[in-house]
Amino acid sequence: MKSAVITFPGSNCDRDMHVALNKFGFKNKMVWHNDNELPKSDLVVLPGGFSYGDYLRCGSMASKSKIMQSVINFAKSGGLVMGICNGFQILVESGLVPGVLLRNRYLEFICKNVFVKIDNKDNPYFKNLDKEVFELHIAHNEGNYFCTNDQLKEIQDNNQVAIYYCNDNGKTEEKFNPNGSLNNIAGIFNKEKNVLGMMPHPERMIDESLSGEDGSIFFRNLLNNIK
Amino acid sequence: MKVSAIITLKKDVLDPQGKVIQQTLDGMGFKDVNEVRQGKYFEIDVKENDPKKAQKIVEDMCNKLLANLVIENYKIIEIQ
Repeated sequence: MKSAVITFPGSNCDRDMHVALNKFGFKNKMVWHNDNELPKSDLVVLPGGFSYGDYLRCGSMASKSKIMQSVINFAKSGGLVMGICNGFQILVESGLVPGVLLRNRYLEFICKNVFVKIDNKDNPYFKNLDKEVFELHIAHNEGNYFCTNDQLKEIQDNNQVAIYYCNDNGKTEEKFNPNGSLNNIAGIFNKEKNVLGMMPHPERMIDESLSGEDGSIFFRNLLNNIK
Repeated sequence: MKVSAIITLKKDVLDPQGKVIQQTLDGMGFKDVNEVRQGKYFEIDVKENDPKKAQKIVEDMCNKLLANLVIENYKIIEIQ
């Protein structure tokens, strides 16, 4: 299976993602933001970081970069596109998933492990997982998910919420919400479920001796699903 | 022409920065503040001498990049 990770000026999780994808059996290629064409891929990843120094709004400049037109076309034709952290911000700014990511509620940069609950397995990312609650890492300043009431209704009607912040038992209460996100939303899909944006970093949880293995479970499952 | 535009958060969007600014002002003795909302201001010098056309160009920029219309409004406040 082939994957592509896009590097924007200011991306800093692109190589971690490259290592993670290769570790679990993808043949990954790094793609520069100024390229026009994507290599032939089964999965395209927009990595975390601080593209364009977070100028104007996080992800806003990157969403207009040259390669994004190819990424948008790839997504519109049903290709799998995953945005992690800053990649999620780029996805919302490019209109591939609904909503926006605002400054965290208490204006602090949050860097810690959190628990997230997978709500909906009827998609290529989470299908066949035998686990609902995952421990993953977050590191962001703008992860406070927000959308209009109309958008929220549409998201809920179409089962587009991918993951919620929760505790280790999977309880999705407000007190387990790290950043003020609407309804504890940590990640969402587009309507067709081929585009996934999420704040937590699965690529940081792929080594038992360093962190945890919940990211490994996610990547192994993803590869099996798209094989 | 020089076109000035301001971008503000929509009314029902929480503005944590504005809130902290208000609290700080309160601590400094400015007790008569109902609310503070923080926005952005742009001065854009466009190569266009017709004010209406210049305004249109900057409005297009606001719609496509400068503002995120899910959470923000924009207003052209000056053309000179």
